[in-house]
Amino acid sequence: MRFVDEFRDADKAHALAARITELCEPGRQYKFMEVCGGHTHTIYKHGLEDYLPEAITLVHGPGCPVCVIPMGRVDDAIHLASQPDTIMTSFGDMMRVPGSQGSFFDAKAAGTDIRMVYSPLDSLKIARQNPDKRVVFMAIGFETTTPSTAMTVLRAKAMGLENFSVFCNHVTIIPAIKAILDSPDLRLDGFIGPGHVSTVIGCRPYEFIASGYGKPVVVAGFEPLDILQSIYMLMMQLSEGRAEVENQYTRVVPWDGNLAALTAINQVMELRPYFEWRGLGFITHSAMRLREGFRAFDAEVLFNVPGVRVADPKACQCGEVLKGVLKPWECKVFGTACTPETPIGTCMVSPEGACAAYYNYGRMNRHRVVEVELSRP
Amino acid sequence: MCLGIPGEVVEFLPDQPDLARVDVSGVRRVINVGLLADDLPEPGEWVLIHVGFALSKIDENEAAAALEFLEGIGQAYADELAALAESRIE
Repeated sequence: MRFVDEFRDADKAHALAARITELCEPGRQYKFMEVCGGHTHTIYKHGLEDYLPEAITLVHGPGCPVCVIPMGRVDDAIHLASQPDTIMTSFGDMMRVPGSQGSFFDAKAAGTDIRMVYSPLDSLKIARQNPDKRVVFMAIGFETTTPSTAMTVLRAKAMGLENFSVFCNHVTIIPAIKAILDSPDLRLDGFIGPGHVSTVIGCRPYEFIASGYGKPVVVAGFEPLDILQSIYMLMMQLSEGRAEVENQYTRVVPWDGNLAALTAINQVMELRPYFEWRGLGFITHSAMRLREGFRAFDAEVLFNVPGVRVADPKACQCGEVLKGVLKPWECKVFGTACTPETPIGTCMVSPEGACAAYYNYGRMNRHRVVEVELSRP
Repeated sequence: MCLGIPGEVVEFLPDQPDLARVDVSGVRRVINVGLLADDLPEPGEWVLIHVGFALSKIDENEAAAALEFLEGIGQAYADELAALAESRIE
């Protein structure tokens, strides 16, 4: 683990922070949401909040795909995996996410055949090697991973694979942002837009935030300087009275996204009428399912999925954390009953979850704050 | 799974135009480049890979910067590389 003060571009960061500070209007508070969990990770890892003036607060958004999966969906997946002659495949990130009866790891320990894969394409090989088994891929993720699932289904179809299906839990970022904008709990001044998601969807889908809600959006890269630069760009917009979508991450994100990826998604999937998000509740048109023409690959058609609805544990405040209403350490069980080793809530599971990121790096920062205070004359 | 990891294209697989062998921090594995079909990378060029699919072409400087960033992340990147090492895309 590196310490915050080892951050290699500290001088540049301080210079940027000084320019950001100059743009702050006296007495005004600014709240920016970083939508993507990868950004949350960078912010805590490098203690970026320590560089920023106190007038600026970073609010952590819902962009961690593991964190937004409701418990009922985990229970449904374990039910699928427990069917006779069935193998479930899953990304490693999903393995520790708690359902009401335990996680994938718990189910695996109890004898359920759940296998970790790096890519959905790895599931196809497992399906070919096990022709007498049904292989179900637990598909999760925002638009960054959705094209991979779509391409995998197209490949399975081309191969004529009959024992492969997808339990589709892909979610879309725009409706979640809109739900947050419409929420009365939180007043935001702008958004740090997700870098990798925008590689696929491009920058145009955020325009409603600027034109409809009057909030600036800057799509950002993942390095510490990228994030500080993006905050500077947001502050410039506010100081000039502009609300636009800008792209700080031009070296990776094309303005129009990846057309081949969007085409693959559209060919294989369609929007669901609604989907349950952990902590945010049901959001209309916020997730994908397979189209009619791909029913042969849709686990929800092939299997009897219970459709379990499970309320989040009472002690868990992931919903407030995901909406940015609470900071991780303000949750009642943070760091006591809920830790990365024994997570109660999803935000503590993934390294991109705000709670896990804060737990892993943040407490050190607070110690440092105390040290600095104590060392002052 | 959310990490975009940079890989250098080593070669395309014979008879499988959408599959390429890439080198990621010394680990050589096959990935799918079908999402870059309109502008395929050449061997020696770099791509950003998500769960076995190249999602964008990047230049060498960006690849180096992304790699340095990922190596700084520690365990999450180690886990991703370990998962990649187990991958057998065909």
